[in-house]
Amino acid sequence: MSNSSHSKPTRQMEYEKKQHKEEMKQQVITFVLMILFTFVAFGMVIMEVNSYFVIPTLIILALVQVVFQLYYFMHMKNKGHNMPAMMMYGGAAVAGLTIITFSSIIWW
Amino acid sequence: MSHEDVLNPKHMPHDPEKATLEGKNKFLAFWFFLGGETVLFASLFGTYIALNGSTAGENTPEHLFGLELVFLMTMMLLTSSLTSVYAMYHMKNHDFRKMQTWLAITVLLGLAFLGCEIYEFLHYVHEYEFTFGSSAFASAFYTLVGFHGGHVLFGLSWIVALMIRNQKRGLNLYNAPKFYVASLYWHFIDVVWVFIFTVVYLMGKVG
Repeated sequence: MSNSSHSKPTRQMEYEKKQHKEEMKQQVITFVLMILFTFVAFGMVIMEVNSYFVIPTLIILALVQVVFQLYYFMHMKNKGHNMPAMMMYGGAAVAGLTIITFSSIIWW
Repeated sequence: MSHEDVLNPKHMPHDPEKATLEGKNKFLAFWFFLGGETVLFASLFGTYIALNGSTAGENTPEHLFGLELVFLMTMMLLTSSLTSVYAMYHMKNHDFRKMQTWLAITVLLGLAFLGCEIYEFLHYVHEYEFTFGSSAFASAFYTLVGFHGGHVLFGLSWIVALMIRNQKRGLNLYNAPKFYVASLYWHFIDVVWVFIFTVVYLMGKVG
């Protein structure tokens, strides 16, 4: 009895530790990719790539980086993040409208 | 079982930040707050995008900005985001000392970032006489980037306060949500910075 109650949490803990390690590995890979995107973004501007091409690419690189940050660093990919996703997508939708409104009607 | 025992269990649960009702509530409410922050920063970005052409003189984005410093700042903030991920990794493994160490590294990187930003602003003011009231572009720039810098300062104070207050308590179910939520805030600061370096600095240089 005492043996089983002792070993179960330990085994559980070891399993969780392994899972955490696996997740940490993914996060380090995410970090490397984000660094890479940053280098590409700065590199394109410094090397003066054609500006019709460069602005959409910069925006896409930024969006991908932010998605990485939200889903991996802030764990939105994990279970139990439906409400956070709703908050963030709701916020992002209003944010998009706000930017369009501000730059087309209010301050133009 | 007293309240104190409930918060300091022998075996910490899998997700110490969401093990109590208070922790769950903090987690949800904080994401709600981050959704609101997104909209708040969007209004500043919208203003900046609309007004960055109104320069009233030769102090244009292209003329002012230097990419070297911005690149350095980006690397610092991105790395500090990773170090706070390490802090939360050690929190989930219930290793309080290592979590504190990684949070301290995060704070140092954040301070370095803030120092660079203050240097940048002083440089604009002294070398270019580019102040808050110089032009519509200047106001929009200082408001947007300065507001982000204010978030960095607040985040740093918050993390330092948590580290000092809980230094002798160790990790428990009462403060785990606090640490977790502070790390979410820190990541969000990096999210905003990604858009700042893209929209303000890089797109400003492209013209």
